[in-house]
Amino acid sequence: MEVMPFNDISYERFLSEEKLMGSRCQKCGVFFVPPRSICIKCYGTEMEWIEMKGKGKLAAFTCIAIGPSFMTKEGYDRKHPYVSGVVELEEGVRVVARIEGVDGSKPETIKIGTPLQVQFLHRGEGSNLTTFLTFRPL
Amino acid sequence: MRGRRKLGRGVAVVGAGMSKFGMFSDKDSKYLFAEAFNEMLSTVDKGIDPKDIDALYLGNFTNDFFVHQGHWGPIISDLLGLTPKPATRTEGACASSALAFREGVFAIASGFYDVVLVGGVEDMSKRNTEEVTQGLAMAASPYEVKVGFTFPGVFGAIATAYFAKYGASREHLMNVTIKSHNNARLNPKAQFNVSIRDIMNQRIEKAKNKGEPIPAWRDEKEFLSDTRANPVVAWPMHLYDCCPISDGASCVLLVTEELARDFSDNPLYVVGIGQGSGKGLHAKEDLTYFEATRYAAQEAYELSGLKPEDVQIAEVHDCFSIAEIIHLEDLGFFKPGEGHKAVAEGLTRLDGSKPINTSGGLKCKGHPVGATGTGQLIEIWKQLRGEAGERQVPIKDLRIGAAQSLGGTGGTCTLTILERR
Repeated sequence: MEVMPFNDISYERFLSEEKLMGSRCQKCGVFFVPPRSICIKCYGTEMEWIEMKGKGKLAAFTCIAIGPSFMTKEGYDRKHPYVSGVVELEEGVRVVARIEGVDGSKPETIKIGTPLQVQFLHRGEGSNLTTFLTFRPL
Repeated sequence: MRGRRKLGRGVAVVGAGMSKFGMFSDKDSKYLFAEAFNEMLSTVDKGIDPKDIDALYLGNFTNDFFVHQGHWGPIISDLLGLTPKPATRTEGACASSALAFREGVFAIASGFYDVVLVGGVEDMSKRNTEEVTQGLAMAASPYEVKVGFTFPGVFGAIATAYFAKYGASREHLMNVTIKSHNNARLNPKAQFNVSIRDIMNQRIEKAKNKGEPIPAWRDEKEFLSDTRANPVVAWPMHLYDCCPISDGASCVLLVTEELARDFSDNPLYVVGIGQGSGKGLHAKEDLTYFEATRYAAQEAYELSGLKPEDVQIAEVHDCFSIAEIIHLEDLGFFKPGEGHKAVAEGLTRLDGSKPINTSGGLKCKGHPVGATGTGQLIEIWKQLRGEAGERQVPIKDLRIGAAQSLGGTGGTCTLTILERR
Protein backbone atom coordinates (compact mmCIF):
# COMPACT_ATOMS: atom_id res chain seq x y z
CA MET A 1 0.00 0.00 0.00
CA GLU A 2 1.29 3.42 -0.92
CA VAL A 3 1.97 5.69 2.04
CA MET A 4 -0.12 8.87 2.04
CA PRO A 5 2.01 11.99 1.54
CA PHE A 6 2.95 13.74 4.78
CA ASN A 7 0.99 16.91 4.18
CA ASP A 8 -2.14 18.84 5.15
CA ILE A 9 -4.31 17.09 2.54
CA SER A 10 -3.61 13.73 4.18
CA TYR A 11 -4.00 15.25 7.65
CA GLU A 12 -7.48 16.50 6.72
CA ARG A 13 -8.39 13.14 5.17
CA PHE A 14 -7.42 11.36 8.38
CA LEU A 15 -9.51 13.83 10.40
CA SER A 16 -12.54 12.94 8.28
CA GLU A 17 -11.83 9.29 9.23
CA GLU A 18 -11.75 10.39 12.90
CA LYS A 19 -8.02 9.94 13.26
CA LEU A 20 -5.64 12.59 14.62
CA MET A 21 -2.41 11.78 12.82
CA GLY A 22 1.11 13.14 12.79
CA SER A 23 4.40 12.21 11.18
CA ARG A 24 7.36 10.62 12.95
CA CYS A 25 10.94 10.83 11.74
CA GLN A 26 12.23 7.28 11.27
CA LYS A 27 15.79 8.50 11.84
CA CYS A 28 15.51 10.46 15.10
CA GLY A 29 12.00 9.59 16.31
CA VAL A 30 10.73 13.14 16.80
CA PHE A 31 7.12 13.61 15.68
CA PHE A 32 4.96 16.43 14.40
CA VAL A 33 1.22 17.16 14.45
CA PRO A 34 0.09 18.31 11.89
CA PRO A 35 2.59 16.27 9.86
CA ARG A 36 5.79 17.64 8.37
CA SER A 37 7.51 15.96 5.43
CA ILE A 38 10.93 17.21 6.56
CA CYS A 39 12.21 16.54 10.07
CA ILE A 40 13.27 19.97 11.33
CA LYS A 41 15.38 18.36 14.05
CA CYS A 42 17.67 16.03 12.06
CA TYR A 43 16.53 16.81 8.48
CA GLY A 44 15.62 13.18 7.92
CA THR A 45 13.11 12.71 5.12
CA GLU A 46 11.87 9.20 5.94
CA MET A 47 8.64 9.69 7.84
CA GLU A 48 5.96 7.36 9.14
CA TRP A 49 2.40 8.06 10.24
CA ILE A 50 1.65 8.00 13.94
CA GLU A 51 -1.80 8.25 15.53
CA MET A 52 -2.38 10.42 18.61
CA LYS A 53 -4.50 9.04 21.45
CA GLY A 54 -6.64 12.18 21.42
CA LYS A 55 -6.23 13.08 25.07
CA GLY A 56 -4.76 16.32 26.32
CA LYS A 57 -5.27 19.44 28.35
CA LEU A 58 -6.20 23.03 27.57
CA ALA A 59 -3.10 25.24 27.18
CA ALA A 60 -4.76 28.47 25.97
CA PHE A 61 -8.18 29.55 24.70
CA THR A 62 -10.30 32.42 23.48
CA CYS A 63 -14.07 32.97 23.32
CA ILE A 64 -14.75 34.52 19.95
CA ALA A 65 -17.73 36.87 19.65
CA ILE A 66 -16.99 38.10 16.14
CA GLY A 67 -16.07 35.17 13.93
CA PRO A 68 -15.76 34.29 10.25
CA SER A 69 -18.88 33.47 8.21
CA PHE A 70 -18.41 29.69 8.45
CA MET A 71 -18.77 30.00 12.23
CA THR A 72 -21.62 32.52 12.25
CA LYS A 73 -23.49 30.16 9.90
CA GLU A 74 -23.37 27.61 12.73
CA GLY A 75 -25.25 30.11 14.91
CA TYR A 76 -22.34 31.66 16.78
CA ASP A 77 -22.50 35.42 17.39
CA ARG A 78 -21.86 38.10 20.02
CA LYS A 79 -24.37 36.50 22.37
CA HIS A 80 -23.14 32.98 21.63
CA PRO A 81 -19.36 33.06 21.35
CA TYR A 82 -17.52 29.91 20.33
CA VAL A 83 -14.26 28.74 21.84
CA SER A 84 -11.01 28.04 20.01
CA GLY A 85 -7.95 26.85 21.85
CA VAL A 86 -4.52 25.33 22.00
CA VAL A 87 -4.47 21.77 23.33
CA GLU A 88 -1.39 20.08 24.72
CA LEU A 89 -1.64 16.40 23.83
CA GLU A 90 -0.52 13.63 26.17
CA GLU A 91 2.16 12.82 23.63
CA GLY A 92 3.70 16.25 24.32
CA VAL A 93 2.84 18.18 21.15
CA ARG A 94 0.23 20.92 20.78
CA VAL A 95 -2.60 21.37 18.30
CA VAL A 96 -5.08 24.18 17.69
CA ALA A 97 -8.70 23.05 17.88
CA ARG A 98 -12.27 24.06 18.50
CA ILE A 99 -13.30 23.55 22.11
CA GLU A 100 -16.84 22.25 22.68
CA GLY A 101 -18.72 21.46 25.88
CA VAL A 102 -17.70 24.74 27.55
CA ASP A 103 -19.69 27.99 27.78
CA GLY A 104 -18.06 30.67 25.61
CA SER A 105 -20.25 33.33 27.19
CA LYS A 106 -18.76 32.51 30.62
CA PRO A 107 -15.00 32.58 29.99
CA GLU A 108 -14.23 32.75 33.70
CA THR A 109 -15.60 29.18 34.01
CA ILE A 110 -13.08 27.84 31.48
CA LYS A 111 -9.80 26.78 33.08
CA ILE A 112 -6.39 26.27 31.56
CA GLY A 113 -5.19 22.76 32.36
CA THR A 114 -8.68 21.22 31.96
CA PRO A 115 -8.35 17.58 30.74
CA LEU A 116 -9.80 17.19 27.26
CA GLN A 117 -10.82 14.40 24.87
CA VAL A 118 -10.79 14.65 21.09
CA GLN A 119 -14.02 14.79 19.12
CA PHE A 120 -14.34 14.97 15.35
CA LEU A 121 -16.98 17.41 14.26
CA HIS A 122 -18.27 16.73 10.74
CA ARG A 123 -19.98 19.55 8.85
CA GLY A 124 -21.44 19.50 5.32
CA GLU A 125 -21.82 16.54 2.98
CA GLY A 126 -20.08 14.88 0.03
CA SER A 127 -17.34 17.02 -1.46
CA ASN A 128 -18.28 19.81 0.99
CA LEU A 129 -17.65 17.62 4.02
CA THR A 130 -15.26 19.28 6.46
CA THR A 131 -14.10 17.75 9.70
CA PHE A 132 -13.11 20.10 12.49
CA LEU A 133 -10.60 18.97 15.08
CA THR A 134 -12.47 19.52 18.33
CA PHE A 135 -11.82 18.78 21.97
CA ARG A 136 -14.23 18.68 24.91
CA PRO A 137 -13.78 18.24 28.65
CA LEU A 138 -13.48 14.61 29.77
CA MET B 1 25.47 34.72 14.28
CA ARG B 2 27.22 36.61 17.10
CA GLY B 3 29.15 39.60 15.81
CA ARG B 4 29.06 38.56 12.16
CA ARG B 5 26.45 41.01 10.89
CA LYS B 6 27.56 44.36 9.54
CA LEU B 7 26.39 47.03 7.11
CA GLY B 8 28.76 47.68 4.20
CA ARG B 9 28.36 51.41 4.74
CA GLY B 10 26.28 53.56 7.06
CA VAL B 11 22.72 54.60 6.29
CA ALA B 12 20.83 57.65 7.59
CA VAL B 13 17.21 58.76 7.70
CA VAL B 14 16.89 62.33 6.41
CA GLY B 15 13.13 62.70 5.95
CA ALA B 16 9.91 61.16 7.25
CA GLY B 17 6.23 61.76 6.57
CA MET B 18 2.85 60.17 7.00
CA SER B 19 -0.73 60.75 5.98
CA LYS B 20 -3.31 61.06 8.67
CA PHE B 21 -4.41 57.54 9.63
CA GLY B 22 -8.14 56.83 9.76
CA MET B 23 -11.11 55.55 7.80
CA PHE B 24 -11.52 57.63 4.66
CA SER B 25 -14.25 56.90 2.12
CA ASP B 26 -12.81 59.57 -0.20
CA LYS B 27 -9.07 58.79 -0.07
CA ASP B 28 -7.40 55.90 -1.91
CA SER B 29 -3.91 54.40 -1.67
CA LYS B 30 -2.37 56.84 -4.18
CA TYR B 31 -3.84 59.89 -2.51
CA LEU B 32 -2.71 58.73 0.92
CA PHE B 33 0.81 58.00 -0.29
CA ALA B 34 1.02 61.41 -1.94
CA GLU B 35 0.06 62.97 1.40
CA ALA B 36 2.84 61.06 3.16
CA PHE B 37 5.36 61.87 0.42
CA ASN B 38 4.63 65.61 0.52
CA GLU B 39 5.09 65.69 4.27
CA MET B 40 8.34 63.73 3.94
CA LEU B 41 9.68 66.29 1.41
CA SER B 42 8.92 69.10 3.86
CA THR B 43 10.99 67.42 6.59
CA VAL B 44 14.23 67.20 4.58
CA ASP B 45 15.99 70.18 6.17
CA LYS B 46 18.14 71.07 3.14
CA GLY B 47 15.65 69.88 0.53
CA ILE B 48 15.56 66.98 -1.87
CA ASP B 49 14.89 66.84 -5.58
CA PRO B 50 12.66 63.74 -6.01
CA LYS B 51 14.56 63.04 -9.23
CA ASP B 52 17.56 62.14 -7.06
CA ILE B 53 15.73 59.15 -5.57
CA ASP B 54 17.39 55.99 -6.92
CA ALA B 55 14.75 53.41 -5.96
CA LEU B 56 11.49 52.81 -4.09
CA TYR B 57 10.71 49.96 -1.69
CA LEU B 58 7.04 49.81 -0.79
CA GLY B 59 5.34 47.72 1.89
CA ASN B 60 1.80 46.57 1.32
CA PHE B 61 -0.05 43.56 2.66
CA THR B 62 -3.57 43.09 1.36
CA ASN B 63 -4.43 45.63 -1.30
CA ASP B 64 -4.61 42.60 -3.62
CA PHE B 65 -7.59 41.45 -1.64
CA PHE B 66 -9.06 44.78 -0.53
CA VAL B 67 -8.83 46.76 -3.77
CA HIS B 68 -8.05 43.94 -6.25
CA GLN B 69 -4.71 45.37 -7.28
CA GLY B 70 -1.42 43.84 -6.26
CA HIS B 71 1.23 45.55 -8.33
CA TRP B 72 1.76 48.60 -6.12
CA GLY B 73 5.48 49.27 -6.67
CA PRO B 74 5.15 50.83 -10.14
CA ILE B 75 1.79 52.46 -9.34
CA ILE B 76 3.37 54.48 -6.54
CA SER B 77 6.58 55.04 -8.53
CA ASP B 78 4.46 56.54 -11.33
CA LEU B 79 2.43 58.56 -8.82
CA LEU B 80 5.63 60.20 -7.56
CA GLY B 81 7.18 60.69 -11.00
CA LEU B 82 9.95 58.22 -10.23
CA THR B 83 9.59 55.95 -13.26
CA PRO B 84 11.68 54.35 -14.75
CA LYS B 85 13.54 53.98 -11.43
CA PRO B 86 13.06 50.53 -9.84
CA ALA B 87 10.13 50.00 -7.49
CA THR B 88 9.82 46.87 -5.37
CA ARG B 89 6.93 45.77 -3.20
CA THR B 90 7.65 43.99 0.07
CA GLU B 91 5.15 41.81 1.92
CA GLY B 92 5.49 40.76 5.55
CA ALA B 93 1.88 41.08 6.68
CA CYS B 94 1.66 43.83 9.32
CA ALA B 95 5.46 44.30 9.14
CA SER B 96 5.47 44.93 5.36
CA SER B 97 6.96 48.43 5.42
CA ALA B 98 9.44 47.46 8.13
CA LEU B 99 10.73 45.03 5.50
CA ALA B 100 10.74 47.80 2.89
CA PHE B 101 12.89 49.86 5.27
CA ARG B 102 15.27 46.96 5.75
CA GLU B 103 15.60 46.35 2.01
CA GLY B 104 16.26 50.06 1.50
CA VAL B 105 18.99 49.98 4.14
CA PHE B 106 20.61 46.95 2.49
CA ALA B 107 20.42 48.58 -0.95
CA ILE B 108 22.35 51.62 0.29
CA ALA B 109 24.69 49.69 2.58
CA SER B 110 25.72 47.50 -0.34
CA GLY B 111 26.87 50.59 -2.21
CA PHE B 112 24.36 50.08 -5.01
CA TYR B 113 22.17 53.15 -4.33
CA ASP B 114 22.71 56.46 -2.51
CA VAL B 115 19.14 57.72 -2.03
CA VAL B 116 16.19 55.39 -1.46
CA LEU B 117 12.55 56.04 -0.61
CA VAL B 118 10.91 53.41 1.60
CA GLY B 119 7.34 53.36 2.84
CA GLY B 120 4.05 51.59 2.97
CA VAL B 121 0.38 51.97 2.26
CA GLU B 122 -2.87 50.19 3.03
CA ASP B 123 -6.44 50.93 2.06
CA MET B 124 -8.74 48.80 4.20
CA SER B 125 -11.84 50.66 5.28
CA LYS B 126 -13.83 50.41 2.07
CA ARG B 127 -14.58 46.80 2.94
CA ASN B 128 -16.91 45.62 5.69
CA THR B 129 -15.55 44.19 8.93
CA GLU B 130 -16.15 40.60 7.82
CA GLU B 131 -14.19 41.11 4.60
CA VAL B 132 -11.36 42.84 6.49
CA THR B 133 -11.24 39.97 8.98
CA GLN B 134 -11.13 37.52 6.07
CA GLY B 135 -8.38 39.53 4.36
CA LEU B 136 -6.22 39.80 7.47
CA ALA B 137 -6.70 36.09 8.16
CA MET B 138 -4.58 35.49 5.06
CA ALA B 139 -1.62 36.19 7.36
CA ALA B 140 -2.59 33.61 10.01
CA SER B 141 -1.60 29.95 10.00
CA PRO B 142 -4.11 27.85 7.98
CA TYR B 143 -4.58 25.53 10.98
CA GLU B 144 -5.68 28.47 13.12
CA VAL B 145 -8.12 29.78 10.52
CA LYS B 146 -9.68 26.32 10.11
CA VAL B 147 -10.63 25.97 13.79
CA GLY B 148 -12.16 29.45 13.92
CA PHE B 149 -9.27 31.57 15.21
CA THR B 150 -9.41 35.23 14.22
CA PHE B 151 -6.52 37.65 14.79
CA PRO B 152 -8.02 38.94 18.05
CA GLY B 153 -8.64 35.28 18.88
CA VAL B 154 -4.99 34.29 18.49
CA PHE B 155 -3.90 37.14 20.76
CA GLY B 156 -6.76 36.34 23.15
CA ALA B 157 -5.43 32.79 23.50
CA ILE B 158 -1.88 34.11 23.97
CA ALA B 159 -3.24 36.38 26.73
CA THR B 160 -4.83 33.44 28.60
CA ALA B 161 -1.49 31.60 28.49
CA TYR B 162 0.31 34.74 29.74
CA PHE B 163 -2.24 35.26 32.51
CA ALA B 164 -1.91 31.63 33.63
CA LYS B 165 1.89 31.70 33.61
CA TYR B 166 2.49 35.08 35.23
CA GLY B 167 -0.67 35.80 37.24
CA ALA B 168 -1.60 38.84 35.17
CA SER B 169 -5.20 39.85 34.49
CA ARG B 170 -7.36 41.99 32.23
CA GLU B 171 -6.65 44.95 34.47
CA HIS B 172 -3.04 44.85 33.29
CA LEU B 173 -4.22 45.04 29.68
CA MET B 174 -6.33 48.08 30.56
CA ASN B 175 -3.22 49.93 31.70
CA VAL B 176 -1.84 49.59 28.17
CA THR B 177 -5.04 50.90 26.59
CA ILE B 178 -5.34 53.88 28.95
CA LYS B 179 -1.73 54.87 28.33
CA SER B 180 -2.06 54.57 24.54
CA HIS B 181 -5.12 56.81 24.53
CA ASN B 182 -3.45 59.39 26.78
CA ASN B 183 -0.55 59.59 24.32
CA ALA B 184 -2.74 59.65 21.21
CA ARG B 185 -4.66 62.57 22.66
CA LEU B 186 -1.51 64.58 21.99
CA ASN B 187 -1.05 63.25 18.43
CA PRO B 188 -3.08 65.12 15.80
CA LYS B 189 -2.29 62.39 13.22
CA ALA B 190 -3.87 59.67 15.37
CA GLN B 191 -7.08 57.97 14.34
CA PHE B 192 -8.37 58.21 17.92
CA ASN B 193 -6.73 61.29 19.43
CA VAL B 194 -8.84 61.16 22.58
CA SER B 195 -8.19 59.78 26.06
CA ILE B 196 -10.43 57.12 27.59
CA ARG B 197 -11.57 59.85 29.99
CA ASP B 198 -12.60 62.00 26.99
CA ILE B 199 -14.59 59.07 25.57
CA MET B 200 -16.30 58.53 28.94
CA ASN B 201 -17.22 62.21 29.14
CA GLN B 202 -18.59 62.13 25.59
CA ARG B 203 -20.75 59.10 26.45
CA ILE B 204 -22.02 60.74 29.64
CA GLU B 205 -22.83 63.94 27.75
CA LYS B 206 -24.66 61.95 25.06
CA ALA B 207 -26.69 60.07 27.68
CA LYS B 208 -27.63 63.37 29.36
CA ASN B 209 -28.74 64.91 26.06
CA LYS B 210 -30.86 61.88 25.20
CA GLY B 211 -32.36 61.71 28.68
CA GLU B 212 -30.92 58.20 29.14
CA PRO B 213 -29.56 56.82 32.44
CA ILE B 214 -26.15 58.37 33.08
CA PRO B 215 -23.36 55.79 33.29
CA ALA B 216 -21.75 55.71 36.74
CA TRP B 217 -18.17 54.77 35.83
CA ARG B 218 -15.85 55.93 38.59
CA ASP B 219 -12.69 55.63 36.55
CA GLU B 220 -11.29 54.41 33.23
CA LYS B 221 -11.06 50.82 34.41
CA GLU B 222 -14.75 50.73 35.33
CA PHE B 223 -15.52 52.02 31.85
CA LEU B 224 -13.31 49.35 30.28
CA SER B 225 -14.92 46.67 32.49
CA ASP B 226 -18.40 47.65 31.29
CA THR B 227 -19.18 45.28 28.42
CA ARG B 228 -21.79 47.68 27.04
CA ALA B 229 -19.02 50.24 26.52
CA ASN B 230 -16.27 47.73 25.81
CA PRO B 231 -17.74 44.51 24.34
CA VAL B 232 -15.90 41.23 23.93
CA VAL B 233 -14.28 40.66 20.55
CA ALA B 234 -12.37 37.47 21.39
CA TRP B 235 -12.15 37.09 25.14
CA PRO B 236 -10.07 38.32 26.90
CA MET B 237 -9.61 40.77 23.98
CA HIS B 238 -12.31 43.43 24.16
CA LEU B 239 -12.93 46.27 21.71
CA TYR B 240 -10.45 48.59 23.47
CA ASP B 241 -7.73 45.93 23.40
CA CYS B 242 -7.77 45.90 19.59
CA CYS B 243 -6.29 48.22 16.98
CA PRO B 244 -8.81 49.65 14.50
CA ILE B 245 -9.26 49.19 10.75
CA SER B 246 -7.35 52.04 9.09
CA ASP B 247 -6.30 53.61 5.82
CA GLY B 248 -2.98 55.38 5.61
CA ALA B 249 0.49 55.74 4.18
CA SER B 250 3.94 56.61 5.50
CA CYS B 251 7.43 56.94 4.06
CA VAL B 252 10.99 57.80 5.02
CA LEU B 253 13.96 58.87 2.96
CA LEU B 254 17.22 56.95 3.37
CA VAL B 255 20.63 58.11 2.18
CA THR B 256 24.16 56.90 2.54
CA GLU B 257 25.82 58.18 5.70
CA GLU B 258 28.35 60.38 3.86
CA LEU B 259 25.51 62.28 2.18
CA ALA B 260 23.39 62.66 5.35
CA ARG B 261 24.50 66.20 6.18
CA ASP B 262 23.92 67.30 2.58
CA PHE B 263 20.23 66.67 3.15
CA SER B 264 19.63 67.11 6.86
CA ASP B 265 20.77 69.27 9.78
CA ASN B 266 19.78 66.52 12.15
CA PRO B 267 19.88 63.11 10.46
CA LEU B 268 19.20 59.87 12.30
CA TYR B 269 21.54 56.96 11.75
CA VAL B 270 20.43 53.36 11.31
CA VAL B 271 22.51 51.61 13.96
CA GLY B 272 20.52 48.41 14.49
CA ILE B 273 18.37 46.36 12.21
CA GLY B 274 17.01 42.85 12.77
CA GLN B 275 14.40 40.48 11.45
CA GLY B 276 13.15 37.04 12.47
CA SER B 277 10.53 34.49 11.49
CA GLY B 278 8.24 32.46 13.74
CA LYS B 279 6.00 29.39 13.83
CA GLY B 280 2.23 29.03 14.14
CA LEU B 281 0.49 28.93 17.52
CA HIS B 282 0.52 25.11 17.83
CA ALA B 283 4.24 24.81 17.14
CA LYS B 284 5.49 27.60 19.43
CA GLU B 285 7.74 26.35 22.23
CA ASP B 286 5.97 28.76 24.60
CA LEU B 287 2.87 30.84 23.95
CA THR B 288 4.06 33.79 26.05
CA TYR B 289 6.80 35.13 23.79
CA PHE B 290 7.58 35.61 20.09
CA GLU B 291 10.75 33.85 18.96
CA ALA B 292 10.87 36.07 15.86
CA THR B 293 11.01 39.25 17.96
CA ARG B 294 13.70 37.84 20.22
CA TYR B 295 15.78 36.89 17.18
CA ALA B 296 15.25 40.28 15.50
CA ALA B 297 16.19 42.06 18.72
CA GLN B 298 19.36 40.02 19.17
CA GLU B 299 20.39 40.79 15.59
CA ALA B 300 19.71 44.52 15.99
CA TYR B 301 21.43 44.79 19.38
CA GLU B 302 24.50 42.97 18.14
CA LEU B 303 24.79 45.10 15.03
CA SER B 304 24.48 48.28 17.08
CA GLY B 305 26.54 47.19 20.08
CA LEU B 306 23.67 48.51 22.19
CA LYS B 307 21.80 46.85 25.03
CA PRO B 308 18.06 47.01 25.71
CA GLU B 309 18.67 49.55 28.48
CA ASP B 310 20.37 51.89 25.98
CA VAL B 311 17.11 52.24 24.01
CA GLN B 312 15.47 55.33 25.47
CA ILE B 313 12.10 55.21 23.69
CA ALA B 314 10.36 52.65 21.51
CA GLU B 315 7.35 52.12 19.33
CA VAL B 316 6.20 48.50 19.60
CA HIS B 317 3.58 46.61 17.60
CA ASP B 318 0.53 46.79 19.88
CA CYS B 319 -1.98 45.30 17.44
CA PHE B 320 -3.55 43.97 20.65
CA SER B 321 -2.89 45.15 24.20
CA ILE B 322 -1.31 41.84 25.27
CA ALA B 323 1.16 42.10 22.39
CA GLU B 324 2.63 45.34 23.79
CA ILE B 325 3.31 43.65 27.14
CA ILE B 326 5.00 40.67 25.47
CA HIS B 327 7.12 42.87 23.17
CA LEU B 328 8.45 44.79 26.20
CA GLU B 329 9.79 41.48 27.47
CA ASP B 330 11.00 40.09 24.13
CA LEU B 331 12.97 43.28 23.44
CA GLY B 332 14.68 42.87 26.82
CA PHE B 333 13.26 46.10 28.31
CA PHE B 334 11.80 44.05 31.15
CA LYS B 335 12.27 40.44 32.23
CA PRO B 336 9.80 37.75 31.05
CA GLY B 337 6.68 38.06 33.21
CA GLU B 338 7.57 41.60 34.33
CA GLY B 339 6.16 43.57 31.38
CA HIS B 340 2.65 43.87 32.80
CA LYS B 341 4.05 45.11 36.11
CA ALA B 342 6.20 47.74 34.41
CA VAL B 343 3.15 49.10 32.59
CA ALA B 344 1.14 49.11 35.85
CA GLU B 345 3.93 51.08 37.55
CA GLY B 346 3.77 53.71 34.81
CA LEU B 347 7.32 53.08 33.57
CA THR B 348 6.13 53.07 29.95
CA ARG B 349 4.16 56.31 30.15
CA LEU B 350 5.25 59.48 28.35
CA ASP B 351 6.92 60.64 31.57
CA GLY B 352 8.17 57.17 32.56
CA SER B 353 11.70 55.82 32.43
CA LYS B 354 10.99 53.90 29.18
CA PRO B 355 8.28 55.66 27.18
CA ILE B 356 6.53 53.21 24.85
CA ASN B 357 4.24 54.07 21.93
CA THR B 358 4.29 57.80 22.50
CA SER B 359 2.36 58.10 19.21
CA GLY B 360 -0.59 56.26 20.75
CA GLY B 361 0.54 53.02 19.14
CA LEU B 362 -1.39 50.99 16.62
CA LYS B 363 -4.32 50.99 19.02
CA CYS B 364 -4.91 54.73 18.74
CA LYS B 365 -2.71 56.08 15.97
CA GLY B 366 -4.30 53.48 13.67
CA HIS B 367 -2.98 50.42 11.86
CA PRO B 368 -3.05 50.70 8.07
CA VAL B 369 -1.17 47.41 7.96
CA GLY B 370 1.38 48.08 5.21
CA ALA B 371 2.05 51.64 6.44
CA THR B 372 2.67 50.75 10.07
CA GLY B 373 6.36 49.80 10.03
CA THR B 374 7.62 53.08 8.61
CA GLY B 375 4.80 54.87 10.48
CA GLN B 376 6.38 53.76 13.77
CA LEU B 377 9.77 55.09 12.65
CA ILE B 378 8.22 58.50 11.98
CA GLU B 379 7.38 58.79 15.68
CA ILE B 380 10.97 57.91 16.57
CA TRP B 381 12.14 60.51 14.01
CA LYS B 382 9.98 63.20 15.62
CA GLN B 383 10.96 62.31 19.19
CA LEU B 384 14.70 62.06 18.55
CA ARG B 385 14.69 65.38 16.69
CA GLY B 386 12.67 67.04 19.45
CA GLU B 387 9.75 67.68 17.11
CA ALA B 388 7.02 65.68 18.88
CA GLY B 389 5.31 68.79 20.24
CA GLU B 390 3.04 68.23 23.22
CA ARG B 391 3.99 64.57 23.44
CA GLN B 392 7.77 65.17 23.39
CA VAL B 393 9.25 62.90 26.07
CA PRO B 394 11.04 64.76 28.86
CA ILE B 395 14.26 62.72 28.57
CA LYS B 396 17.49 64.71 28.55
CA ASP B 397 19.95 63.88 25.79
CA LEU B 398 17.47 61.73 23.89
CA ARG B 399 19.53 59.93 21.27
CA ILE B 400 18.41 56.31 20.83
CA GLY B 401 14.98 55.12 19.75
CA ALA B 402 13.68 51.84 18.35
CA ALA B 403 10.68 50.47 16.51
CA GLN B 404 9.50 46.87 16.57
CA SER B 405 7.05 45.39 14.06
CA LEU B 406 5.19 42.11 14.11
CA GLY B 407 3.59 40.53 11.05
CA GLY B 408 0.81 37.98 11.19
CA THR B 409 0.67 36.13 14.48
CA GLY B 410 4.41 36.50 15.00
CA GLY B 411 5.54 35.08 11.65
CA THR B 412 7.63 38.13 10.73
CA CYS B 413 9.14 40.43 13.36
CA THR B 414 11.65 43.26 13.04
CA LEU B 415 13.52 45.70 15.24
CA THR B 416 15.09 48.91 13.95
CA ILE B 417 17.27 51.15 16.14
CA LEU B 418 17.93 54.77 15.17
CA GLU B 419 20.51 57.12 16.70
CA ARG B 420 20.83 60.90 16.68
CA ARG B 421 24.47 61.96 16.82
